[in-house]
This record gives sequence, structure tokens and C-alpha cells, in this order.
Amino acid sequence: MNVTISTTVNGQKHTHEIEARTLLVHYLRETLGLTGTHVGCDTSGCGACTILLDGKALKSCTMLAAQADGCEITTIEGMAQNGELHPLQEGFHQEHGLQCGFCTPGMIMMASDLLANNPNPTEAEIRHALEGNFCRCTGYHNIIKSIQYAAKKMQQATT
Amino acid sequence: MNLIGSSIKRLEDKRFLTGKGRYTDDIVLPNMTYAYIIRSPHAHAKILSIDTTAAEALEGVVKIFTGKDIAEAGINGVPCGWAVNFKNGDTMKEPPHPLLVKDKVLHVGDAVAVVIADSYGLAKDAAEMVMVDYEPLAAVINPAEAIKEGAPLVHEDAPKNLCFDWELGNEAEKVDAALDASHHITTLDFTNQRVVPNAIEPRSAIGHYDDAYDKYTLYTTSQNPHLTRLLMCAFTLGIPEHKVRVLSPDVGGGFGSKIFHYTEEALVIWASKQINRPIKWTAERSESFTTDAHGRDHVTKADMGFDENGKITALRVRTQANIGAYISTFAPCVPTWLHGTLLQGLYTTPLINVQVDGVFTHTNAVDAYRGAGRPEATYLLERLLDTAALEMKIDPAELRLKNFIPFFDGVEQEGYQTQVALQYDSGNYEPVLNRALEMVGYEDFRKEQEEARKNGKYLGIGFSTYIEACGIAPSAVVGALGARAGLYESAQVRVQPTGKVSVYTGSHSHGQGHETTFAQVVADKFGIPLEDVEIVHGDSDAVAFGMGTYGSRSLAVGGSAIVKSIEKVIEKGSKIAAHKLEAAEEDIEFAEGKWTVKGTDKSISFGDVSLTAYVPHDYPQDLEPGLDFSSFYDPTNFTYPFGAHIAIVEVDAETGKVDLKRFIAVDDVGNVINPMIVDGQIHGGLAQGIGQALLEGTIYDESGQLLNGSYMDYAMPRADDLPSFEVDRTVTPCPHNPLGVKGAGEAGTIGSTPAVVNAVMDALSPFGIFDIPMPLTPERVWSAMQKDT
Repeated sequence: MNVTISTTVNGQKHTHEIEARTLLVHYLRETLGLTGTHVGCDTSGCGACTILLDGKALKSCTMLAAQADGCEITTIEGMAQNGELHPLQEGFHQEHGLQCGFCTPGMIMMASDLLANNPNPTEAEIRHALEGNFCRCTGYHNIIKSIQYAAKKMQQATT
Repeated sequence: MNLIGSSIKRLEDKRFLTGKGRYTDDIVLPNMTYAYIIRSPHAHAKILSIDTTAAEALEGVVKIFTGKDIAEAGINGVPCGWAVNFKNGDTMKEPPHPLLVKDKVLHVGDAVAVVIADSYGLAKDAAEMVMVDYEPLAAVINPAEAIKEGAPLVHEDAPKNLCFDWELGNEAEKVDAALDASHHITTLDFTNQRVVPNAIEPRSAIGHYDDAYDKYTLYTTSQNPHLTRLLMCAFTLGIPEHKVRVLSPDVGGGFGSKIFHYTEEALVIWASKQINRPIKWTAERSESFTTDAHGRDHVTKADMGFDENGKITALRVRTQANIGAYISTFAPCVPTWLHGTLLQGLYTTPLINVQVDGVFTHTNAVDAYRGAGRPEATYLLERLLDTAALEMKIDPAELRLKNFIPFFDGVEQEGYQTQVALQYDSGNYEPVLNRALEMVGYEDFRKEQEEARKNGKYLGIGFSTYIEACGIAPSAVVGALGARAGLYESAQVRVQPTGKVSVYTGSHSHGQGHETTFAQVVADKFGIPLEDVEIVHGDSDAVAFGMGTYGSRSLAVGGSAIVKSIEKVIEKGSKIAAHKLEAAEEDIEFAEGKWTVKGTDKSISFGDVSLTAYVPHDYPQDLEPGLDFSSFYDPTNFTYPFGAHIAIVEVDAETGKVDLKRFIAVDDVGNVINPMIVDGQIHGGLAQGIGQALLEGTIYDESGQLLNGSYMDYAMPRADDLPSFEVDRTVTPCPHNPLGVKGAGEAGTIGSTPAVVNAVMDALSPFGIFDIPMPLTPERVWSAMQKDT
């Protein structure tokens, strides 16, 4: 069975007919070709597929694309604006918060949600917020520093 | 600017940060099909029948292949790249690992059929309609059980399930006698549990046979695409190597599990030719759990003797190592040559004997996982040291200092000859431990610990001073030890006419940052801007040959190959410069991006020489045009990083939960090209080693089901399980490679596991607890505390 959905992804409007069973992550990767959102597991355990749905972090493998009809979605491809990296992207670069890069998009999207709600988180709050996102390369050490870097930069920008 | 030694931000970051990394599963080819592999739900069973009729009738299903098709095509299976023979000289048992099984499945996840369809969803739908009738048989999971008489056999021609048995070191009788005569013997009887590498990117392979060119292309999540090509062409499929291109694009972590040549790679290549369309297969996480090679899984009894002064007198190790149902590519060398040879540790132990049985079981294959053999060796040594310290009431730091091998730089002082075959290249062990003690504030900690105990709080400190052998490896040496390949590395440095430089390396980066580190080396040596250097890897059509990335070898071996080619470029450039500057070649020197006539200000730039090499109008008569050199570097020895790790934990007496409060790591990895990247490697390694100590481990039931084969069930370190790490380093250069580098990829994993376990035992010493099996879950710790109070 097919359904028709309309979404706004990274500011662009789309309308597609898709199989009703299509997961949101597969819609993003396969229908829209936005392969920055990754699939690392089948049980919503790894967080590599994290995106923002109407501004909130969500594991895009936990949701059918059909449920996202009418929603606004931001993926990693939508984070940099006019060729300028988002402070989180800059933070991960400056603080060496990524190695293989596979978990990175999910980490950045999750951190974006965190900083929207808690602009100046403690280390413990950052670690808690990242509980749903696996990284096997960095031991999280530099991911924490990357997010602290971004928090500082974003605060400076608003003051 | 001195680029070597600088924490340059990574050049490869941008594509990963913007979602433009290109991993295998991101690639879509025109007219592509999708494969779903039907896998055995049983650990050991006969296949009675497979009925594919209904599935084949489904619209969109292109083809279904079973083990019968593979057998009829004459494909035997994937080969093993390392032979370890029996002590009596008999060759090891090497049963084939078929791409699809025809008669009998040997572990849960064994592949029995592949469904190829127009979409992945369809392939999966069709797979549900395939009827496979099995007759389940008794299974054996534990290697110590599998070698007993009467245990179910994994392979009929491998009695007692033995793949090989193996021994190294001094005569067993001498070691036994020395132990008997020792003042004190510490014994540990334990399992170094099986863990799952769990790279976050699942394995994936795209096979594409192009009949227009009669050429195959394989995209694969591999740490060494060239070796995969060699093994697949020469052994698995018997197809011509020059007609096969293997690409490993961006790879999302490996940790060893992506070194090996897997059945799925050959399957998609073979099947693509049969259906004349590209085929993509990507593992689901549950498939990764049952088919990615696992790590560790040793059952070990170890005895260490001491004299009355605390000096080690002898070490005896008996291990049963789980091979799994099939021998993975490097499986035999891991529990033997990468484990037994490390049992000298940092200590002057005069007598060592190690015996290892490689044992088949009805489980997924075990092979190299970050550290590979060296974490197992380090775990048993360092647990023995801290246990002995507790038993003999000697300070664990003091016990180590008593037994350290004295300083040797490998130049003025010779390398250290161990009792277990290796000769260490250079080492200076006291400073790493002293620095770690200083960082932790050892004396203050002991006071704090004593106070805390009075208040019912259990703090503990654990040590681990490790050595590892990396930079794998001299080809002739490993050849004598059973390797069926050389372990050199290749590099081509192509200076373009405009003076820009393309470097083609056989190393493969899947997170290690080679695109930055290697570029730093090249830009530094040539005295050119970093952005003028491009590192190309992971494509067998671009790179002449490669042995890939594992065993912390990329910089020590791959980087050395690059340096060799750089030297050739500079040498040829000197001839060109001498001609252009009208000077004798011996009067020319190269520094900071230009060739100069010594003692004058006459010089010619890197760019001008490059252009002259390709536009040779005014050029030495006897010189070929071009500035492009390939090199193969074969190391003369392994190289031996070392370090001291200290863990501080608090154990909650109410729940048994271990809180890792601090982790201090002082590592010596030789010279460092990019400190930021090296620290990052250490951090990641520490997390994996700590994961094994506290969280990770497979759980198989008696019938061979992996009970925790998903991220819902298999515990792995998450951000809030770990503290921020405190790392530092000392530098003892490697004396035998041109960069003086050792290796950093595995150090963290090798050293950290025993430090954490030792810390918990230290915390629990008031309870008289000396050992708890890993992982040290709250349940295990709490239970141990109840028993002993």
C-alpha cells in the first residue's frame, strides 16, 4: 500500500508517494538521497539516525515516514548555513569530536536539541543527553568538549 | 612551519560534519538489486530441505541462490591467511567456510540462502516465504567443554574440536620446577570473555559485474581492500585479479572486525555476474552480531611465581582459545603469536611457558579485535601482578618497579630479548609509571581510601603497565610464524607538474585521520603547504598494493613507505636541481621546499623542479622525466609502545555498581606526528577496554543462541558510563623506522581492562575478594560481596 506525504526537509518542500511501511530514515536516505543520516542498528539503540522533527531530536528509525506528513525536518545536511558551519559542526572539528564520522550526524543533531533547551549544560548533563547515541571511536571525551565549545560559541553569539 | 608534531585539525572532517561522508551503504548504482541473506536460527543442524518456490514467484524477486548453487559452481569458501600447525608438526585443521551452507549449519547466523530482489523490502518479504527444514543437533559453545571427550564435533575431521595446539617459551618442565621452588605462587583461573567489536557502521558490500568491460567492482567496508581482492580472486572465486577493482570508501569504524575477507563479499561479486546486475548487501545489526568476527574468548589458567623479594621467578599459561565454527582470516595468529609473545610484559621474568589450544565451537568466528591477543596477554599479566601484590601485601606500584626491564634505547643499548621470541626495540618503563602515580596523587589517594572505608565507601585503585607489539610486521618473520602474506606496506608519491602532491597509500583510514597525519609528514618533509597534499587510499585501481590498516601499523609501516618515496623524490630532485643550478649534485642540499647550492643563495623551488621534471626541455641527459616514486617498506622488527594506566573506582556496597571515577593513562607511542589525533586514539581505545571490564560480553545459551545480540541487550559504554580521561605521554622513539613512531591505535584497549578490574578488587579487598569474572556488572559484584562477608 502506498501513501502520499508532504514534508519540509532542510527548508525544502517535498511531496512523494511512498510505501506505507517506509521508515522515516529510509525516506530520507533513499527517497531524498540525504545519506548523512545513518543506520547503525535495528532497535533504536545507536542514535546514528537522529534528526530534528519539528525542532525535537528523534531517532528517524523509530517512526514511519507517513507519520512525518506535514512535519518540518532538519538533517545534518541542513545544519550549515550559507556555507558556514553550525557552531556544533565547528566544535566537533576544533575539538576532534569525530573519528570515523558515522555516529557524528546523530551526535550533532542530539546535541542541537540539548543546547536548544539547555544552552549551558554541565559535563554530566551533556553525558546524560547523549545516552541514546553510541560512539565507538572517541570514548566520548572529545564529543563532550565539542559540545561545550559550541555552547560557549552560541552563547557568545546571543549576548 | 614544523608540521610534524602539530595538532593540525583534521582535513577530512568537513565531509563527515556536513553529512557528505560516502559510506558503502550510501552508494546506489543504476539498476541495482538488493540481497537479503537467510541465516540459520540453529547453532548446529542438518539442512533437510529448502523450498524457494513461493518466494521465487513473488514479483520483483530476481533470483534466489542456496548452498547447492554455490557447491555446483565449485566455490569452496573463504580461505584463512595464517597457519598455526600442531606441536607435532601436523597441519592445522582448516575446514572450508562456504559462502552458503549446503548440508550442515555450524553456528547461529550461518548463511543458507540469498534472496536478490528489486528492493530490500521485497528481498526480506521473499525470504520469509523460503522454507528451510532443519534437524537440530547438539551444540558446544565453551572451548574448555569442546575439547573434552564426547563433546559434539563441529567438524568431523577435527577430533576433540582441536584446530591446532601450540607452545612457546622455555621448557615446560623448567617452568614447573621454578614455580615449585618459588616463595609465592599467584594463580588465576578465568575467562577473558567474548566481546563484539560493534563498529557503528554495519558491514556492507556491493558487487557489480560489468559485462561491457568484463570487470568486477566490489565496494566493501574493509580495512584492507587489496588483501580482500587477493584472497577473493586467488582463493575464493578464482577470478582474474586484474579484472577486479575493490573500493573501501569511507568506513565507519572497524576495530579489527573489518580486516577479514568475508563470505558476503565473494557472494555479491559471484551473484552479480550470474544476474548481470549490481547487488547491495548491508548487514542488519542482528546480522553483525552473529557474523562480524568477535574478539577474545580465552579460558585461561595462569601461575606466576615470586621469590621472597617479590621478583618474578616464572610464568606458566594454559589457554583454550575459542576459534568459533570457522577459521576467520587471521584467527589462528591471535591467541598464539599475538598473545604468547607478549607474556614477557615489562618484566624480567626469566622463565615463561605458554600453551594454547585453538578450539572449534558452534559459535561465530573469533578473530582480531582491537589489540588482538595483546589485551588477553596484558589482562592475565596485570591481574596476576595486582593479585600477587594483594596476596603478598606489597604495594602494586612497588611490585612493578621491582620487576621492570631497565631502560634500553635500542641504539646505545641493545634491544631486549624476551623469553617468548620477540626482541623489544626500545623501552623506558619507570617514567610512565612514575608520571601516572604523580598524576593520580598516589599517597593522597591511599589516605582518602582509608578514610572512605571508615565511612562505608569502597574506593579502589588499579594498575596496569603494559607493552604491546605493533607495526605489524617483518614479512620474513611472520612468514616463518605461519603468515601466508607479507606484511609490508606500499606508497606512491606522485609530484604533479605544478608541485602539488598525490600520495597513494596501501593503509586504509576508517577514523584514524590518515588524510591529515600522512599529509603532515609529506608537507613537512617537502616543505610545502599542507593543502598541496592529497592522500588517496581504499581503491585497488588507484593504489598499487596494500596490506591495510590493523595492528597499529599505518604510520609505522605505511608512513615509513611514504617516507621512502619522499626520499626518492628528493634525490631525483637533487639531480634536476644540480643541472638547473649548474652545480655538482653533491653540492646540492634540500630544505624547506627548495634545493640550494651549499653555502650559496642559489636555489630552485619545489614547484620549479616539479615542472622541469614534466617539461624536460633543459634537463639532465641521462635522467628520465617525471617525479613519481613507489616504495614498499618492510619493517625490520615489530615496534613496542608501552604505558601505565591507573583506574580509580568507587563500588556501591548497596548495589554493587562500579563507578569509574578517574582514568589516568600515560602512554609512550614513540614520536608523535599529531598529538590531537593520538590522544583521540587513546581515548577511544580506553573506552573499549573499560567496556570489556565493566559492561560487555556475549551471552550464549547451551543451544548456541546469542541471547544479547542487539543494542537492546549488549551493553557497551555510553557517554554517561565514562569519565573524561586524563592522558599524558613520554616519548621513547622507535629506533628502526624513519619516523621513530610506534603505534597508538590499540594501546588504550590493551592497557585499560586490567586496570579497571584491579581497581575493583582493590576496593573490595576488605571483603577478601580476589577475582570476579568480567564484565563486572552490579549483579556480579554485589553477589561476590554477599558471599564473602
